[in-house]
Amino acid sequence: MVARFEITCSRFIAADGTPTGVLPAFARDRGHLAALYEAMLRTRTFDEKAVALQRTGRLGTFASSLGQEAVSVGLAAAMRADDVLVPSFREQGAQFWRGVRMDELLLYWGGDERGSDFAVPREDLPVCVPVGTQFPQAVGVAMAFALRGEARCAVVVGGDGSTSRGDFQEALNMAGIWRLPVVFVINNNQWAISVPRSRQTAAETLAQKALAAGLPGEQVDGCDVVAVEDAVARALARARAGEGASVIECLSYRLTDHTTADVATRYRDDAEVSAHWPEEPVRRLRAHLTAAHGWTRAEEEALIARVQAEVAAAVEAYLAVPPQPLTAIVDHTFATLPPDLAAYRARLAEAQHG
Amino acid sequence: MAELTLVEAVRTALGRAMEEDPRVLILGEDVGIDGGVFRATDGLWQRFGEARVRDTPISEAAIAGVAVGLAVQGFRSVAEIQFQGFIHPALDQLANHAARMRNRTRGRLTCPMVLRTPYGAGVRAPEHHSESIEALLAHVPGLRVVIPSSPARAYGLLLSAIRDSDPVVFFEPTRLYRAMKETVVDDGAGLPLDRAFVLREGRDLTLITWGAMTREAREAAEKLAAEGIEAELIDLATLKPYDAATLLASVRRTGRCLILHEAPRTAGFGAEIAARVAEEALDALLAPVRRVTAPDIVPPLPRLEAAYMPTAAEVVSVAREMMAWG
Repeated sequence: MVARFEITCSRFIAADGTPTGVLPAFARDRGHLAALYEAMLRTRTFDEKAVALQRTGRLGTFASSLGQEAVSVGLAAAMRADDVLVPSFREQGAQFWRGVRMDELLLYWGGDERGSDFAVPREDLPVCVPVGTQFPQAVGVAMAFALRGEARCAVVVGGDGSTSRGDFQEALNMAGIWRLPVVFVINNNQWAISVPRSRQTAAETLAQKALAAGLPGEQVDGCDVVAVEDAVARALARARAGEGASVIECLSYRLTDHTTADVATRYRDDAEVSAHWPEEPVRRLRAHLTAAHGWTRAEEEALIARVQAEVAAAVEAYLAVPPQPLTAIVDHTFATLPPDLAAYRARLAEAQHG
Repeated sequence: MAELTLVEAVRTALGRAMEEDPRVLILGEDVGIDGGVFRATDGLWQRFGEARVRDTPISEAAIAGVAVGLAVQGFRSVAEIQFQGFIHPALDQLANHAARMRNRTRGRLTCPMVLRTPYGAGVRAPEHHSESIEALLAHVPGLRVVIPSSPARAYGLLLSAIRDSDPVVFFEPTRLYRAMKETVVDDGAGLPLDRAFVLREGRDLTLITWGAMTREAREAAEKLAAEGIEAELIDLATLKPYDAATLLASVRRTGRCLILHEAPRTAGFGAEIAARVAEEALDALLAPVRRVTAPDIVPPLPRLEAAYMPTAAEVVSVAREMMAWG
């Protein structure tokens, strides 16, 4: 025997809301749990509205995070404000927690680059549409922190499919060699468009892909926001202590289509989806809040009303944003426009103003 | 003041850039203690330490991706890809991220990185060490593509590339690395990007090239001069965005445009120049625009490599045809 490895899977709150054991301190704080619940509910409400906007021609293609809100919200809750998030295209819950506004994200998915010029947090990367290219970028961000001696971390998120990319393994490997402060979070929602997890890799877990890079890897119940926050918080503490990177595989389930451009019934049985609904994270945390912290119907109704009002206001704000001037399509190609592009810009300006 | 080869000029520029700006750092395969397989980073690891001259594992995609991450955080990352033939995994990061980070965030995040790599044929190298794919990169909006053709230009252009606020792909002609020495003053003076260099003035024909082919172009220009044909030789230097004004002004003056490149013919960068001349200077042309290029084939292995390379003789012959046209 030269080496032996094992992968653990942690869960703190069962599907029915019952604690499976002693909860971490942050998860015994009613106020914090209520904040997590609110963030997940906001994400779900936003996703529903965004899909409705797409269906009615007022938004472009959009990737809902239905069923995966605990991954997004849990990882963001563990981060510090000055850490940097390097998201995939399905982590709106994390982006909102960190301060990206709903109207900004609607603006992006509505087809306007200004949606990625969010006011807060300025150093977070915009969503990454190519699958997996975000991983090495997060390693570069973490290397910047290490070089400057800052106690900051990068948190990068990808889906189960993204772990099949070479970028993923290359990034883990480099982060391992250089002991960089980066946390790799996998939102394993079991489906990469039409390809199920079982056909993505023969490995028993995605977390074990960490082992080949010399990193610790673990699984958590990705429908348990407490388990996600706990694991990411531990990984961040480890990274901040100079002990390097970690991989956290969050087991979630994509309860809806890949994006609004996808029709999951072409490849997935409704029965499978129905079987996963009892696990979903929002209802789970509500059950726990109700049983353990006396969360009331009045509180629930007030929260729903508030979140719906916020989403409605965000939609209103988004729809009211005037288009960019035509010249905006060229303005940010280079810091200073070369002559050909400057001439092109002048023609656009003329076309716009007649 | 020193007489330097091109690769020494690259090294001198890297050292100068690192000296003057602590945000500059180098990463790549064997760039550290070994000083790079061509010695382009020789001594820099000893001088600046492992934190700033970082050996990477063999991971071209991640080298480029890490360079992007460093750059969005304000570092000026200078990544080396050991040979251009191995750049392809890095193209994803270059095209999908580095080239558009500024645009997609409306300037919130930028990507001031340089990706350097040796390229080109004529050095009897193994497979995948001889290609010229500059047109591939020049086609990507948001990237600068720069190719030096002399030690002094390598020094000045690389300094400017590193200081530039946007991503620059810097292709170094392997064949010229040690082919000549030139006086290079290490004074930190950059040369302008996006600007072509007129290497030789002439009234009869504009000969446009870049990189290692400047040698064949010079040789051809001298032979032509002996026949009384004065070629104006232009080193394009920055292929994207390129200095159309200098090219067009020259072609308008000479009435003839001959483009020489080592890359294959079809959709090579010569096609862009020919199209531009046709669009904007057709009325000035006294002969059709001509190209002397490599054929549309895979670069042969060394025993037949010479057959692949465009030669000064071909340039002379095509130039004569152009002079005789009409």
